[in-house]
Amino acid sequence: MWNQRIFEVLMEMDLLQRFEAYVASEKKIEPKDWMPDAYRRTLVRQISQHAHSEVVGMLPEGNWISRAPSLKRKAILMAKVQDEAGHGLYLYSACETLGVRRDDTIRDLHSGKAKYSSIFNYPTLNWADIGAIGWLVDGAAIMNQVPICKCSYGPYARAMVRVCKEESFHQRQGFQIMMTMAGGTAEQKAMAQDALNRWWWPSIMMFGPPDQDSPNSAQSMAWNIKRFSNDELRQKFIDLTVPQADLIGLTVPDADLKWNAETGHYEHGPIDWDEFKRVVAGHGPCNKERLEARRKAWDDGAWVRDAARAHAEKRASRKSDSNTAAA
Amino acid sequence: MEHKQWPLWEIFIRSRQGLSHRHVGSLHAADAEMAVENARDVYTRRQEGASIWVVPASAITASSPDEKDVLFDPADDKVYRHPTFYDLPDEVKNM
Repeated sequence: MWNQRIFEVLMEMDLLQRFEAYVASEKKIEPKDWMPDAYRRTLVRQISQHAHSEVVGMLPEGNWISRAPSLKRKAILMAKVQDEAGHGLYLYSACETLGVRRDDTIRDLHSGKAKYSSIFNYPTLNWADIGAIGWLVDGAAIMNQVPICKCSYGPYARAMVRVCKEESFHQRQGFQIMMTMAGGTAEQKAMAQDALNRWWWPSIMMFGPPDQDSPNSAQSMAWNIKRFSNDELRQKFIDLTVPQADLIGLTVPDADLKWNAETGHYEHGPIDWDEFKRVVAGHGPCNKERLEARRKAWDDGAWVRDAARAHAEKRASRKSDSNTAAA
Repeated sequence: MEHKQWPLWEIFIRSRQGLSHRHVGSLHAADAEMAVENARDVYTRRQEGASIWVVPASAITASSPDEKDVLFDPADDKVYRHPTFYDLPDEVKNM
């Protein structure tokens, strides 16, 4: 009995070592392959939260579909929101390959056990917010997601390739809205500036806590789930976005922001991590509203799911009855 | 009442005539017709598809990763199955 246990532990250690060497050599893990429990748990947590973010992310934008300023903008926004639903589904499907039930994943969102990106707990107050979301929020998401296209877990990496391909239209349409408003009347420009003022800080918080406060990052990097640190990605995003704001005549709301010619990077002011923690903990402006909307959609749709299932079962049994009769 | 999940379907898309169907992912649907409709919306929003196959995930039999060696190693020492194994005189340009 004791020998058996030692044998199992040794086997596990051997498997773990081989797994880590395999992943380190840039090879991919597929669903049925052996993987350490912690690797599976990390992926389930990350992929499901990513999926939830896509789905909850439809809410702030869906808010403006009926009030888009033109038919063209409305068609574009609908296509974008539909993409977010699709992205959620690619990700739920990738998550399921790790052996979790879809319904349980969704239940964890509704119970508050699973998180989603806290950016979606901010309200969309005017049309310029739709521009700011596309430009900044989708821009930050792309920055986060591109490296995941090379993640060690095959299904997650493949889902991310599709997501990133589709996401670049999202960022461009957002920037175009901002550019149009910034070049419009003084009032329109003020709306665009106001949206930038409100979305800038939450957007750069999307990269997560600073590296020294991100204890799980090292393990995720070692497993090739994560490729760049939070601060590295944040810096890249700022370096890319500040000149875009300059180009359309808007000002990034950071008094300490300055270009450092020596490092070739922008230096930014302090980030209010207390606000970040408050929103993650459920005390942002819209946390309650978002979760309630998701729960309501799930509960209101229950009869449709049940009816469709009952209909399918009835048709299947009729088919098998007639097959039996024919035989 | 505990909701019973819709079954899982694996989705295969032919991106254009002349190519074979390729696995793109999975989705839940009550029946095959709904799986095709959902696959259209989820996997072909940008003209990625000319044809869709949906297969109940439960109907797929897969080889196990544990059998990888048994199944695929025997091909490792059969280099003579590849044309590069054969040396030809320089005079033979195309073969």
